[in-house]
Formats: sequence, structure tokens, C-alpha cells
Amino acid sequence: MSKVLIYGEIRAGKLKKTAFELASEARRLADGLGGDVAAVVLGPQAEQFAPDLARFGADTVYVVEGPQLDAYNTEYFAQALAQVIREKQPEIVLLSHTMQGKDLAPRTAAKLGIASIADCVSFEIDGGKLVGKRPMYAGKCSAEWVCKGSPQMASARPNVLEAVENPKAGKVEKIAFSPDTGRSTYTTRELSLDTSGKVDLTEAEIIVSGGRGMGGTDYSLLEEMASIFGANAAVGASRAAVDAGWRPHSDQVGQTGKTVCPNLYVACGISGSIQHLAGMGSSKVIVAINKDPEAPIFTKADYGVVGDLFKVVPEMNKELRALLAE
Amino acid sequence: MKSLVCMKQVPDTETQIKVNSQGTGIVTEGIKYIINPYDEFSVEEALRLKEKFKQGEVVILTIGPDRCTESIRTALAMGADKGIHINDESLNSADPFVVAQALAAAASQVDYNVIFCGHRAIDDDFAEAGAMLAELLQIPQVTLVTKVEVSDDKTKAIVERDVEGGKETVEVSLPCVLTSQKGLNEPRYASLPGIMKAKKKPIDKKTAADLGITAEARLESREYSMPPERKAGKKLEGMEPPDAAKELVRLLRNEAKVI
Repeated sequence: MSKVLIYGEIRAGKLKKTAFELASEARRLADGLGGDVAAVVLGPQAEQFAPDLARFGADTVYVVEGPQLDAYNTEYFAQALAQVIREKQPEIVLLSHTMQGKDLAPRTAAKLGIASIADCVSFEIDGGKLVGKRPMYAGKCSAEWVCKGSPQMASARPNVLEAVENPKAGKVEKIAFSPDTGRSTYTTRELSLDTSGKVDLTEAEIIVSGGRGMGGTDYSLLEEMASIFGANAAVGASRAAVDAGWRPHSDQVGQTGKTVCPNLYVACGISGSIQHLAGMGSSKVIVAINKDPEAPIFTKADYGVVGDLFKVVPEMNKELRALLAE
Repeated sequence: MKSLVCMKQVPDTETQIKVNSQGTGIVTEGIKYIINPYDEFSVEEALRLKEKFKQGEVVILTIGPDRCTESIRTALAMGADKGIHINDESLNSADPFVVAQALAAAASQVDYNVIFCGHRAIDDDFAEAGAMLAELLQIPQVTLVTKVEVSDDKTKAIVERDVEGGKETVEVSLPCVLTSQKGLNEPRYASLPGIMKAKKKPIDKKTAADLGITAEARLESREYSMPPERKAGKKLEGMEPPDAAKELVRLLRNEAKVI
């Protein structure tokens, strides 16, 4: 019997990196408990990802197939996931707190009459029970949570857990989906995705962010820096910049936007309000570039440059281009 | 058009949160409370639907202690018609499943075409109650909604939602649960006549017993803690931009080792 079951999210025909983070963490937890790791993937293209999941520690890969699972739909994906959980009875179920995970986990949990410890940044086993530590109030504090129901379910914040290769058999087991088509659900009319391959802020390894100091909609300097850093870098914005209409709300970092935890956060012209600092405070390294030497952001920044971002950033881009071209 | 709006009262975003000395929760003294910002979008959208259809009702549904009355009055002052205030020790700080159970029980006592929830509350950040409510009521959910168009016969809606890296447009039959995302609208301020009228609007008080539910916790919190304090690091001041940039990039590569 599998102790730990993870959900492997597939997006745009690829298994997300967060699936490897989950598989590795599940391996660690299952080894501690003395049990197996299983992964579940849904949809017609799912089986091809079994070897990848095996490489990161999955003993078994459940592949659920059915015409309702061709594209993501909350109701059917939740039904399929709940079906596997009911049939296989894992002790622990882990998902990623991605945009899809946030939609899927609570619907699945409710079908099982449980709740999920959402958005955890670390896990441990205490007395045989899963303990998930999660930031609250956008990271202003944290708390440890345990499940009272069964199975125990939690979601992990992307980009926090380490993905470690640990090859296992990854035996494929196909499961036929038995949907309840009597349930009402939405139908997708149109899906318009940015095809530039830009990474979502919550999963970016480097974020270059601009605030009120940008003075307008021209973020080309920051876009340029992000593109020098490569595909794992994204551009963010403060609430002031979003409320001014300079940037889309999906770029907003902070308590009423996204909570992020990149390896490097470069804050340009952001003074550092409490709600912004909460949203990016768990970044591994913070850089601040601001004209005002008294800006609160400098109290949290590992590296600060007091200066005009419009003069400093172009010079940085020159340096970075030369360095990263090597 | 009848909308049920689930609304939570949360600490203001500029609140400095502190963990209490026992580590069992946060220090609540001196906190200024506001309507959860995502719930404000819900209130506004519900009001716009009522205005568009020139008939209907906007009902505010809140779980929480006495202080939540103030937030309900604010929503009533914006134009909502009445409030339902679930105030019960066993529910006021319950986990998302128990909250969803209470909301579902209250929802089943009223008429609605649509239910709005914020896509998350900015206090505990679980982002679960909306989807769970939809499942418990056995109706569809559409999360992270940025645009809503309800058909003239109020049987369906075309809804735009945020998905990773883009937008999805879906068609959904009503009733359903929609969870509001920033970008849906710009919430209005309460007008002075609105504030006067709100004082006379009804707020139904409910307990767990009134709803016929017993709260059986699905999650339990343990130790609360503060994040590790970040300290100010190196500050490059008074340098020419090319020198500062060069030094910063050197530090990021050789000292921080992040690039």
C-alpha cells in the first residue's frame, strides 16, 4: 500500500517542475514512515511522464484516462483524483499550491470530507502524523498544522521543496475513470495562454520587480534584466504600480497579490510597504535599488543600492549581459 | 438577480502581525479590521448584477465575532440589502471545511442565482472555502474570476478567469460559486445616504445550532511562529552608477552565489 500519493500536474503538455519537488518530498516522508510513494497523473498524455516521476522517487504511477480528462476541468479532475484516493487509500496526499492546485485541492478535499493544509513550505512527520508548516498573513507569521481527518492532505508552495533524483521502479498502473456525469460543471470556451514560455511569478527563480519609482508603464529596463537572466526569471510589480494601471494585476507581489519566494528578488523603485515586504520577505536574496536611502525596503535587503534606478539598472544589465554570456 | 456574497473580516494589510506569547495564535489587540479585499470585489460585482437586471437582492453572509457587524454594515452601506451574521465560538476561527459547511447550511436557507466568495482571505490564506462550498452544494465553481456576464434568463454565465500564464473563458450554468480576483471591478465607496440607509437594513444572527451543524474540525493548528528576522545587508551608497552596478553584480555572483 502506498503511504504517500502525489498529484503530478501537467501543463501545456509538460509535467511541471513542482511534480518533481513533490515526488522528492513524498520519497523523504515515505522513507521515514516506511512505505511507498505513488504518483497520479491524469489525461491522455499522462503515461509518458511515468519515467520522470520514477526518477524522482515514485514506486508506482497511476495513470487515469477518460474522455473527460482531455483538458483540465475542476469537477472531472477532482472526481478522478478522489476516485484514486478512495481506491488506493494513501495515508498522505500531496499537491502543489499552483493556480491549478488551488482550484483542484479544495474541491477534491471536500469530496472526501476533509480539508487540505494549503501552501506549506515544509513538512515533517511527528508521531506518524504529517505536520505542514505554512505562512499566514502573507508570511507575516507561520503556523504548523495537522490533519484531523483521513487521508491527510496538504499542498506545497512551488519552488520551495528541493527536487532530488532518487530512481525507483515507477510501475505504471492504468485506472479507468468512472465519472459522475450528472454533476454540473463549466465548459471551457476559450483558453488564451501566453506562449512566450514566461514563468509564473510564484514559480520564478528570479524576480525583477518595479514600484512607484518606475514612474509609468515603461518596464523595458526590468523586462530586459529578466530576459538576460533567462526563462526562469519574471517581472513583478508593487501594488502602487498595479493600482496606477502600469502593470496587470497578475504581476502584483504582496499581501493582496502574489506571495513569492524566488532565489533572487530585485526591487526597483519599491519603497517597501508592510504588505509588500510580507509578500516577498521569504525570497532567498533581496536586492533593493532606490533613490531614498531611508526607504523601508533597505531594512530587509541583503544588498541595497542607493541611487536612481534609471541609471543603475542599465549599468547592471550591461554587467549581467557580459557575465552571463561567458 | 439574487446574489449571496460570502464575506470575511480580516486585519488591514498594513497591520504588523505578532504571535502571542503562548504561540497559539496572533495578538489581536489594536488590530484594525477591514473587509477582505477580494470580498469587496464580490460585493461590488453582486451590486452591479442587481443594477443591470434592475431587480434582485444582494445578501451578505459572514462568519465571525461581534466586530464583524461593522463590516456587514459597510457592505450594506455600499448597497447590499441584508446580512446574515453567523456568530458562534465553534465556527468563528474554524478550518476551511467547517467554514464551508456553515456557509453551505446558511446558503440552503436563502434563494440565490449566484454565490460570490473572495478567491482567498488575506488572513489565513487557505484559499479553500469557496471551492468547498461549491462541492458541498453540488454546484460548479469558477475560481479567480475577472469578468462575469450573466445571460438575460439568469440560467448561465460567461466567465473569464485567471489561469497560469493567461486567461480562460468558460460557460457555466447557474447557480454556481464564483471566486473573485483582483481586476474584476473597482469597488465603490459607501455614500452618505447609503450609510444612513444601512443602519435600518436587517442583519440575521445565526448560531451553529440555528444552522443544524456541529463543527468537527478537519485541521488543527499548532505552534505559531514569526518568520526569521531579515536584517539589512550591504548598502552601496554614494557610488557612481557604473561602479555600484559592477559591485552589486560581483556580490551577487561571488558572495550570494545566486547568479
